[in-house]
Amino acid sequence: MRFMLLFSRQGKLRLQKWYTATAERDKKKMVRELMQIVLARKPKMCSFLEWRDLKIVYKRYASLYFCCAIEEQDNELITLEVIHRFVELLDKYFGSVCELDIIFNFEKAYFILDEFLMGGEIQDTSKKSVLKAIEQADLLQEEDESPRSVLEEMGLA
Amino acid sequence: MALKIVKGSIDRMFDKNLQDLVRGIRNHKEDEAKYISTCIDEIKQELKQDNIAVKANAVCKLTYLQMLGYDVSWAAFNIVEVMSSSKFTYKRIGYLAASQCFHENTDVIMLTTNQIRKDLSSPNQYDTGVALTGLSCFVTPDLARDLANDIMTLMSHTKPYIRKKAVLIMYKVFLKYPESLRPAFPRLKEKLEDPDPGVQSAAVNVICELARRNPKNYLSLAPLFFKLMTSSTNNWVLIKIIKLFGALTPLEPRLGKKLIEPLTNLIHSTSAMSLLYECVNTVIAVLISLSSGMPNHSASIQLCVQKLRILIEDSDQNLKYLGLLAMSKILKTHPKSVQSHKDLILQCLDDKDESIRLRALDLLYGMVSKKNLMEIVKKLMIHVDKAEGTTYRDELLTKIIDICSQSNYQYITNFEWYISILVELTRLEGTRHGHLIASQMLDVAIRVKAIRVFAVAQMATLLDNAHLLTGNMQRNGICEVLYAAAWICGEFSEHLENPVQTLEAMLRPKVATLPGHIQAVYVQNAAKLFATILKNQEGNTDSTAAQETSQMMIDRLPLFVQSANLEVQERASCILQLVKYIQKLQQKDVEVAEEVSALFAGELNPVAPKAQKKVPVPEGLDLDAWINEPPSESESEDEQPKAIFTKEEPKHSRPRHTEVDEKELARRREARKQEQANNPFYIKASPSSQKVYQEAPGVEHIPVVQIDLSVPLKVPGLPMSDQYVKLEEERRQKERAEKKKKEKKKRKEKRSGRGKKHDSGPESEEDITPAHVVDIVTEEMPENALPSDDDDKDPNDPHKALDIDLDNLLETTARRPLADSEKLPVRSHRAAGAPKSPAEDGEAENATPQEPKKKSSKEKRDKKKDKERDRKRSKEEKKKKKHKREEKEEDLLGGQAEEAAVQSEETKEVEAQPSSTSAEVSDLDFWLSNAPVPSNTQEAATVAAAEADPAPEAPAGTAADSEPEEPKDTETEESKSSKHKKKKQKKEKEEKEKKKKKKHHHHHHHSDGGGEESVQNGTVEEEEPLPPMSNYCLLAENSYIKMVSDGDCDARLWKFVLLSIC
Repeated sequence: MRFMLLFSRQGKLRLQKWYTATAERDKKKMVRELMQIVLARKPKMCSFLEWRDLKIVYKRYASLYFCCAIEEQDNELITLEVIHRFVELLDKYFGSVCELDIIFNFEKAYFILDEFLMGGEIQDTSKKSVLKAIEQADLLQEEDESPRSVLEEMGLA
Repeated sequence: MALKIVKGSIDRMFDKNLQDLVRGIRNHKEDEAKYISTCIDEIKQELKQDNIAVKANAVCKLTYLQMLGYDVSWAAFNIVEVMSSSKFTYKRIGYLAASQCFHENTDVIMLTTNQIRKDLSSPNQYDTGVALTGLSCFVTPDLARDLANDIMTLMSHTKPYIRKKAVLIMYKVFLKYPESLRPAFPRLKEKLEDPDPGVQSAAVNVICELARRNPKNYLSLAPLFFKLMTSSTNNWVLIKIIKLFGALTPLEPRLGKKLIEPLTNLIHSTSAMSLLYECVNTVIAVLISLSSGMPNHSASIQLCVQKLRILIEDSDQNLKYLGLLAMSKILKTHPKSVQSHKDLILQCLDDKDESIRLRALDLLYGMVSKKNLMEIVKKLMIHVDKAEGTTYRDELLTKIIDICSQSNYQYITNFEWYISILVELTRLEGTRHGHLIASQMLDVAIRVKAIRVFAVAQMATLLDNAHLLTGNMQRNGICEVLYAAAWICGEFSEHLENPVQTLEAMLRPKVATLPGHIQAVYVQNAAKLFATILKNQEGNTDSTAAQETSQMMIDRLPLFVQSANLEVQERASCILQLVKYIQKLQQKDVEVAEEVSALFAGELNPVAPKAQKKVPVPEGLDLDAWINEPPSESESEDEQPKAIFTKEEPKHSRPRHTEVDEKELARRREARKQEQANNPFYIKASPSSQKVYQEAPGVEHIPVVQIDLSVPLKVPGLPMSDQYVKLEEERRQKERAEKKKKEKKKRKEKRSGRGKKHDSGPESEEDITPAHVVDIVTEEMPENALPSDDDDKDPNDPHKALDIDLDNLLETTARRPLADSEKLPVRSHRAAGAPKSPAEDGEAENATPQEPKKKSSKEKRDKKKDKERDRKRSKEEKKKKKHKREEKEEDLLGGQAEEAAVQSEETKEVEAQPSSTSAEVSDLDFWLSNAPVPSNTQEAATVAAAEADPAPEAPAGTAADSEPEEPKDTETEESKSSKHKKKKQKKEKEEKEKKKKKKHHHHHHHSDGGGEESVQNGTVEEEEPLPPMSNYCLLAENSYIKMVSDGDCDARLWKFVLLSIC
């Protein structure tokens, strides 16, 4: 997988992950171009399109488009499953996820994505182990944070 | 200190956090840019503070802004600061920011090397994990080189969480630092059998990705993957493996044969569409690569087509699309199986989804035959009428032309039909492809001589009704066909029925509204027509007719002389003067027709589009050399012979052109055009050159009168193409009937000789004879044209560097062990550094001279005896070893590979162990050859191994090169030596039997059926006792690396001193 984009129906980028080094300018250009193409497609159309030398696989969940770019020989259907799995993971993590969750916790969304995919390849095919890893990392973060909150209270007091 | 912290947290209270920022942006929809710029100022202030929490918060906000498209590269150093925080919370944010913002040219990346290394070896697995994830996004060649060894170590980490991440990131490391592939590969391969499914699937992922790019180096892994494929139930993994096999089979057709069965089983059994689709795709790939070798695959093809039909019939648009896509792959090799589903594909043309319709069109392109071309095109024409969007309609139009003109009009049996199709297409409103239709008309008329009479008549009608086309003209759309029509009527005017009428049509005042290049062609061809008319009329007794024609020319041409278009103007005034002169001569009753037609005598032959490019450069001519001193930048720009050599330019462009960027070029071009347009002395290139007429210069300046026609256009007097479909049908029927008659006669004659002959089946392709005897003139090419076509491989492909021979690594004989230079860089202060050096020496020795492989059979036998002895001994040691194994549980992974390696080293005939690092290369051949295996499996293996093994003295490079040819070689070798082999096997069998009798108890596991099967399937039986490992000397060991040497083998084998690093 070359990259993954999340954007809203209004054409606002919500998440982007690039698995190959791309110059910032090209990224912007590609994102703009792709959003235009994908948003212009009618709902009954199939989820695949050929774009430049890549294949684009996208799927719409509520108001969010999940859009992946894969290579010529890659399997489109499994990419759709990847997207779906990612949505499931988000859903499990946030508890019926909505666009706002991803906007306000965008770093969490990235963490989940990073636990699930790495370098464009699926890291773990089991949902459970991905969620477990994230939970534990979050736990670690809370441990980090808790002593500071005590200090904060001290500071306030 | 405490005060500082307190101060920090008070500061923090007033900071915006990420949520505030997001909310703020949402509340400032009108002046978002302004709001964000104030936010960035705040962030800059925050980054100046010492408090890491504040910094992390700032960096987090920056990451968000980066996604919105703001440049945050200025904060790169702050990101590094946050990355190096000891607290996981901040580290996590730091790495996230880095992975989003860093790229290869970020200069602070150099600073991160040590930090990342520290994090990689952190006791906290999530620190390591976060570092690996981040690194996977911004790894550079430098980072890859410096950290490769650390990551490799992590591949054997105790925690699967780390192992799987380390395995995955290795792929990125390989891409950036290809030298790391060879040293890391054995361990990577080991991970294919990792007990953790996540790690295993990660390893499969990485190896599959590697193998897809350079399949030939991974052929030897086929048995192992085959085993994984037949045992795995994880669809994600299965898909990867099957894809890998798809890449391998073209190199090894025998592999394909082996694959068909399990794949068809999967196709039958799986419920996952993604897996089904992958299987079908791979089966198609396999069958394509086998198409010459295996005759009995029609069942598999049928199965694939059947399944694809189900996909296409599915209501899910995605499946429909993919079904069509896969169908088009089958089409190339098995057109007949696809053609039977024509109905379904034509049905897809009606689909709501445009991308599905386009796919179906692609398929139709390959499905046409002489028999069904007219029918398919008729259907497409109906779609053209129905199509609403212009883009889709244009797509249809190009497809119709593509379909008809493919492989040199191969499928067209009736060109009259084709011409009428083209004429019908001119009725399309607002198409962009007028020039396409025009070039087809020209091509057919020029190259198919038999059709000229018909074509000329059609074109004359077109010209006569030009007002219908031009009335509908939108910019340079369909009126392009008038260009072709005028040219055809002029050039082949001898076929015109009523040339005077056509001439009249070409000189109508309305013509002046056409684009310049078309007018120019009109004027020129009017002159040709005039010449023909003169010739016809001069024979007559009445000379007034000829004079009338001249008068008409003189009356009409001044309109063109006034044209704003220089080309038209010039031609018109030349011709006007000529006609005036002719008129003078005519009045003196001088015969001029002969001379006038001499002006246009001679045939124009078609020239191949590539002809110019193919003219070989004469020896001694350097096209890149300057003829004169290079001029300064500013001048000579506008003197370039643009029209003629535009195609050449990229090839022979002078270096100075490449330096100018595209924008600049475009600007200059614009300026040049402007200048040319204003320069009355600038003569534009002749419009007879193809390129110019496609570019249609100056079309915009011509006033276009648009007439709205609500009634669909029907050019009167034009034949409908449908007529031809009917006619053709009748003609074919007639032919068939005649043929049958003939056959009956023949049969009657033959009946006395033989019994009843089978009835002639349905009409085959060859039976259809073209309606006219058609001579398609081939395009002319220059003499001694170069046949070469440019190699279009991308030299910048990062995967090219990974084309590294890996098999040698797996061989115990280590034809090319890792050289010193190939070792991954290790930090010098590491403990492992010192004990490593002697080992390396040993390896280096290993690499030096090897005994030639070919040995006399006697020697071999001797060796075998030795080995027998070895084995006996090893059996005894096995018992001891079992204890050891229990003790060394954790070491098992490494040990296993090692043991197997040794075993196959000392006793080549020992059963092939797919899990071993060694046996695969040599046994791949054996594994692939499904020949019935005699009871002495080992011997057969030996023979196969000996044969498959490329001579050890061959340098590694050539060995790698010969890899893809191997199957051929061995096959021929096999056939050659089959006699020899049989003898040998017999001998060995006898020997074996003797031995068996002697030491039957030792051999039970070799001779029983289970062992045999395990070889064939390439599976390892768990119960199988492991080969000995007791004869290892430990050379060096630390927590990462253990080095052992095998010195306890036969003296003869001492040359293969074995070193294992695990």
